[in-house]
Amino acid sequence: MKNTFKYIALAAVVGLASCEPEFDNTVTDAGFYDSGSADMTTYVAVGNSLTAGFADGALYITGQENSYPNIMAGQFALAGGGEFTQPLTNDNLGGLLLNGTQITDNRFVLSVDANGNPGPALLEGTPTTEITSSATGPFNNMGVPGAKSFHLVAPGYGNVAGVPTGAANPYYARFATGPNATVIADAASLNPTFFSLWIGNNDILSFATSGGAGVDQTGNFDPSTYGPNDITDPNVFASAYSAQIDALTAGGAGGVVFNLPDVTSIPFFTTVPFAALDPTNPDFGPQIPTLNATYAGLNQAFAALGVPERSIQFSQTAASAVVVKDESLADISENLIQVLIAGGFDQTTATIFGLQYGQARQANADDLLVLTSASIIGQLNEARFNELVGLGVPAETAGQLSVNGITFPLEDQWVLVPAEQTSIATATAAYNATIQGLAIANDLAFVDARRELARVASTGIAYNGGVLTSEFVTGGGFSLDGVHPTGRGYALVANLAIEQINRTYGATIPTVDIGDYPTITAHNN
Amino acid sequence: MKKLVFLAVFTLASAMMYAGGYRVSLQGNKSLAMGHTGVALVNSSELVFFNPAGLVFLEDKLSVSAGGFGVFSDVVYQNEATGAFAETDSPVGTPIYLYASYQATDWLAFGLGVYTPYGSEVAYEDDWAGSHLVNNIELAAIFVQPTVSFKIGDVVSIGGGPIYVTGSVNFNRNLSRTLTDLEGNRSEVTIDASGVNQWGWTAGVMVKPAEGLTIGANYRSKIILEADDADADFENIPNSPLTPFADTKASASLPLPAEMTVGISYEFCEKWTLAFDYNRAFWDVYESLDIDFADENIPDSFNARNYKNASTYRFGVQYDATKMFTLRAGYYFDESPVQDGFFAPETPRNDSNGYTAGLTFNLSDRFQIDASFLYLRFKEVDASYDAYFENGVAAPFSGTYKSSAFVPGLGVTYKM
Repeated sequence: MKNTFKYIALAAVVGLASCEPEFDNTVTDAGFYDSGSADMTTYVAVGNSLTAGFADGALYITGQENSYPNIMAGQFALAGGGEFTQPLTNDNLGGLLLNGTQITDNRFVLSVDANGNPGPALLEGTPTTEITSSATGPFNNMGVPGAKSFHLVAPGYGNVAGVPTGAANPYYARFATGPNATVIADAASLNPTFFSLWIGNNDILSFATSGGAGVDQTGNFDPSTYGPNDITDPNVFASAYSAQIDALTAGGAGGVVFNLPDVTSIPFFTTVPFAALDPTNPDFGPQIPTLNATYAGLNQAFAALGVPERSIQFSQTAASAVVVKDESLADISENLIQVLIAGGFDQTTATIFGLQYGQARQANADDLLVLTSASIIGQLNEARFNELVGLGVPAETAGQLSVNGITFPLEDQWVLVPAEQTSIATATAAYNATIQGLAIANDLAFVDARRELARVASTGIAYNGGVLTSEFVTGGGFSLDGVHPTGRGYALVANLAIEQINRTYGATIPTVDIGDYPTITAHNN
Repeated sequence: MKKLVFLAVFTLASAMMYAGGYRVSLQGNKSLAMGHTGVALVNSSELVFFNPAGLVFLEDKLSVSAGGFGVFSDVVYQNEATGAFAETDSPVGTPIYLYASYQATDWLAFGLGVYTPYGSEVAYEDDWAGSHLVNNIELAAIFVQPTVSFKIGDVVSIGGGPIYVTGSVNFNRNLSRTLTDLEGNRSEVTIDASGVNQWGWTAGVMVKPAEGLTIGANYRSKIILEADDADADFENIPNSPLTPFADTKASASLPLPAEMTVGISYEFCEKWTLAFDYNRAFWDVYESLDIDFADENIPDSFNARNYKNASTYRFGVQYDATKMFTLRAGYYFDESPVQDGFFAPETPRNDSNGYTAGLTFNLSDRFQIDASFLYLRFKEVDASYDAYFENGVAAPFSGTYKSSAFVPGLGVTYKM
């Protein structure tokens, strides 16, 4: 009988011990996944806003948590990866403070206006991320929003004293290890066993997002003379990029590098159509006959000057192209004034028309209107209005001549004309050749971000539960600034990197389900 | 500017509850020890549940059994493609029972049963990979069953009675895979209903055609629990007309399926009894779980279940070892009603094998202590729930599951 109790007790113990279910092979066990010939112990990510997890026009905590390096590090942790630190901001508003004064905007949220239309709006609130209260760097994520290739190797880029003049970067000033530190030296000081590098986007992007308002500096090898919206010389890029690869591989680290996407395939340039003028718009449609009658005289002058292709005419039944100023066109202002006077226009009107339309034409499918032009097209250009009134033009006439994109040609900053796109494409191709060449030379994993983004923009990329596209707001790939990815977009980037790492290093690191990552946040202030 | 169309319809496309698991077969310590057989066993007032017809064959004037179980049940989940891993930290379930039978005459007996044949308690870590299907759930239903049993001649008896059910449910899940408020907190809903009442019935027949041989059959009706006044509590909802989730009332119905059991028992060599039961649970009544929110702005939730009818095969043996002790053991094979592609993580049950044992300790002629345990063993299973949709697109949730359950039980029996 005693034995019976013993056996029952034993059975109970065995039963309880096996109570916790356990897989034959558990994914969290060491050895389930393999990092191959790569060593994920200390992963350091270097780059710009994309690496930082910037989204919706700002850097905020939940965006940083969905940065592609943080997602990658989470997967690396299944294959020997260690802790991954990020310079998290102080809140989910995203704006930065310099000595208590806000110097960058808060994030965008998707807000529904009084008419029920959703659209991006700045999130209201007082941000709390003070860049002078330094976060203690360096961090595993050394992504610095706004950084260009040569900034990463520039001493003083994190000196808070240089922030007000634009000589230093407010994001890096928060966590630079010293006023003369460089991003790349801070990154290298962590002795990475593995790194990622994605840099160069801003070397062309700021030119693009400014509508080509900067200068193509190809041929100028001194970046200290560049303006913020200029295109970086490819040799300057190559030199900076090469120095970064050298610094990051000095300790024998493996790594993954990304080339640069075609900036003109992002929603910032593809959302506002060149034919943005809707005849059913009550503020525009009824004016079309008058506008066409006015432009008829100008069109005759264009014809007389041998440039009939510059003619401007609006359709009453279909959307019409906006009027733009194309700086790559020959300036025919003086000739135009003469022809108009000869055609019976008075001196004042002819002069105003001549100057206003000397490089004007209607936009076409080859022009890219920037996202931010949506809010000014069809609106009164107050600067031009005041200028005309100052010249003695009656207020009513001045108003009629100062409507952005209809009577007043959209200025350079609102439109990327083909000549500007060519400058960007040429520089991008040169940078990408450098990146891929150095990747091959150093046996690094290489992500063809250009090809993949083009796929997102053309066919979209299917995932569990949908198709990721570049469509603004609804596509899921891009955040509300039209430039930076959403968390889901960054998850795709992380997967692309992991796939290439697995291929290059013989690793078996798992990817993530990008459907689990967020897109945009709805919120009404 | 081109008008932006915001397509995100944050569907409430998911699961409220339970897989095959919300039937909890723990209705008596003596029966459980024998593989939860009992439709043809005449040994205690547990018959109130197993087959009311048998009560009239009990030898004692009054027989009362009461007891309970501790259900230690957990689930692990992983997805090898993504490295996702989760394990439940479910509270200990405590099904209970109380049965009484009274022999009024030698051909008439009355009985009363209170028991809990349905229930589920599963708690994953909040915001785990399948949190859009369930974070945690607690379902309880108490059955109260007055019973009468008649003998018709010497070998046949019939019995049955009405069943009154009072149930409650508390269920929490995230609204989608990604919806959060501004601070990144996942949007979630808790549905809470209690005092959901309904009636059903049970009836059985028992035949004793030969010495030691008993044959039984029992039918239990389906009972549809209709929760018309549940509370739906939404948390972490963005402040936006695009996400119109405000606290409201909700209604939903949950079927407790009909069940047919036939069985046989045979006593031999004085001390030995063998029993076999076959259960058929008519789960096909559970086609879909639909939640209708009272607030018209909130999209209703439709969740396909498509359960199939399922069988359980039970075997038990009893040995009257000594005057003091009766020993029991059993085994059953439990077929899951969940079909491929409808494997939801609320109670992820695939087919299982149950191993049982137990004993009765006779304290005196009147008092017995009944003990039992059950080890329910599940194989690792690769499964998915394919009927989850976001914005009209299916987003299957798949992975590998493994469950286990260990259930010790203890009860007392009083006879006179």
